Amino acid sequence: MNLHKQDSTLQLETDVLVIGGGPAGTWAALTAAAKGSKVVLADKGYCGSSGATAPSGTGVWYVEPEVKQRQEAKLSRYFMGGRLAENDWMDRVLDQTYENMNRLAGWGYSFPIDPEGNVFRQGLQGPEYMRLMRKLVKRAGVKILDHSPALELLADEHGVGGAAGVSTQGGDPWRVTAGAVVIATGGCAFLSKALGCNVLTGDGYLMAAEAGAEMSGMEFSNAYAISPTFSSVTKTAYYRYASFYYEDGSVVEGAGSTKGRSVIAKKLLENRQVYARLDQAPADLQPLLRVGQTNFFLPFDRMGINPFTDMFPVTLRLEGTVRGTGGIHIVDDTCATKVPGLYAAGDAATRELICGGFTGGGSHNAAWAMSSGSFAGEGAAAYAKSLGQHAARREVHGLSSAPIVSSRTYGSTLQKPPIAAEEYIRAVQEEVMPYDRNLFRSDEGLRDSLYRLDRVWKSIRHEPIHLDYQAVKRREAAAMTVTARWMYRSAQARTETRGMHKRIDYPDVDETQRYRLITSGLDDISVRAQRVSEEAVSL
Amino acid sequence: MWLCIKVCPTNVFDRTETGLPLIARQEDCQTCFICEVYCPVDALYVSPYADIKQQVTEQELVSVGIIGSWREIIGWGRGRTRLAEIDETPFIDRILPPQGTISS
Repeated sequence: MNLHKQDSTLQLETDVLVIGGGPAGTWAALTAAAKGSKVVLADKGYCGSSGATAPSGTGVWYVEPEVKQRQEAKLSRYFMGGRLAENDWMDRVLDQTYENMNRLAGWGYSFPIDPEGNVFRQGLQGPEYMRLMRKLVKRAGVKILDHSPALELLADEHGVGGAAGVSTQGGDPWRVTAGAVVIATGGCAFLSKALGCNVLTGDGYLMAAEAGAEMSGMEFSNAYAISPTFSSVTKTAYYRYASFYYEDGSVVEGAGSTKGRSVIAKKLLENRQVYARLDQAPADLQPLLRVGQTNFFLPFDRMGINPFTDMFPVTLRLEGTVRGTGGIHIVDDTCATKVPGLYAAGDAATRELICGGFTGGGSHNAAWAMSSGSFAGEGAAAYAKSLGQHAARREVHGLSSAPIVSSRTYGSTLQKPPIAAEEYIRAVQEEVMPYDRNLFRSDEGLRDSLYRLDRVWKSIRHEPIHLDYQAVKRREAAAMTVTARWMYRSAQARTETRGMHKRIDYPDVDETQRYRLITSGLDDISVRAQRVSEEAVSL
Repeated sequence: MWLCIKVCPTNVFDRTETGLPLIARQEDCQTCFICEVYCPVDALYVSPYADIKQQVTEQELVSVGIIGSWREIIGWGRGRTRLAEIDETPFIDRILPPQGTISS
């Protein structure tokens, strides 16, 4: 049945629908509204607090438009990323980020000024930034739907024309028809509780793929953050000041926050607990570190641990594609997907264009979110405008791979699904969380995982979904399942080690594989290679 | 509407018949500390434990001054200086030990 047949359905018509209200989504909404579009923004949680940015502090790739500085900035992660980033895209993102950050200052973000009068614009405090973005979006006349996860895209034969979902507060369905849709739903961290990441379950990937969009770089999806074993706070940057120890205080040789993260993973796999202590942080810096990432210290303060002087147990928490670089494949400068009317931005879109196969936290990610959001917002506004009057007359239908049925119509006659969403989720987590499956990959391991993941997908993809709040969990389970399958299919195809993608059976870079891997399909997944723009980043 | 019900990204709270918020789905809590920082009356405490339930009493939290502490740190609430205005951490980024090549 179609979602719009229910009486209580909230129905809206708009030019541009943005799905996701983090940095990318809010920049997309602001930009589209500035171009004169009527905009609706639907967030799975609350626009202003949802996602990886809101609870954190983040560095931003803000670089003065000066040749030498820009050149150094572009080179800084180019080789770590396996030379898959593109010069033109880095230029565009550096320009757009510079512009957006300066705009934020004009709009009232309080950037700090040092005693010499220099303004610092290389960082943002998450709660502050996202609260301001919400305010700006509302002021621009954008209609915000909070706690309103999208469950499926709507389309006709010409392309995507809206989305439908359900309110998790009240349970009423919603349906928005639109000239263009921007997917800004973030990446997928597989409900690992990495800070702020549990709303990031790959929903946008699934919906985009159901519409026919492709993914790119899904092999670059094995980011793990260092965090205290007990805590959700995954702020890895500060661990550059850490030394790593065994329980008896002896040093774990080779362990580190960047190059040595694999050593930590290997020890944890051997069931040897690793401890950290930030004892390399100079005393005069410690107060400044507290200002930069206040929430880094929250769990420690609450447990009476001084991380500069006390050892505490650490683990590696999966961040998947949130701090990996894979995502929806972008086909032009407007962040369009290959499906007419469908755009992608932020972590939902591939970040390979500026990061290649590796990224840290913050910096490039924050820059990509705000820049790609702006590009996509502008592109979507122009596309919606080009449709003219035609847009409102379109007969669009839902694209979900599993049928979504109204619980009000079928009531209790619809059987409770035999397998709970939580069971599917656990099954997927068992394939993507273990370090010896996802961090250290091998053909054998990938094949085993894919065999099981394909079975999960076959089971979940045909089960009808009740249109109530449980629908959200079932769609999340489906999204995580298909995301894991794309990850491992492309990981299987890349028979080398490049960027963050590590194959223990192919430990070296193979220069003949300096290309992107584009993944498509839901039931049958295919992988193809696409050349990277040859324009070199000069040294 | 109560702010915690509104701002929780994972919809952990419900509104009870009396209108007061209730922690209805603690298993969905991702310990992101957002509810705590938004609460204007410092009535919420987010545990440092992500995966296990911590037994606490309001009295002990108040006595050690934890309740409302993050809101105070980031300077939200009347009469406080917002942390964003004094955050100069990009400076730190420049003197962090160099980031190595990717892990091997």
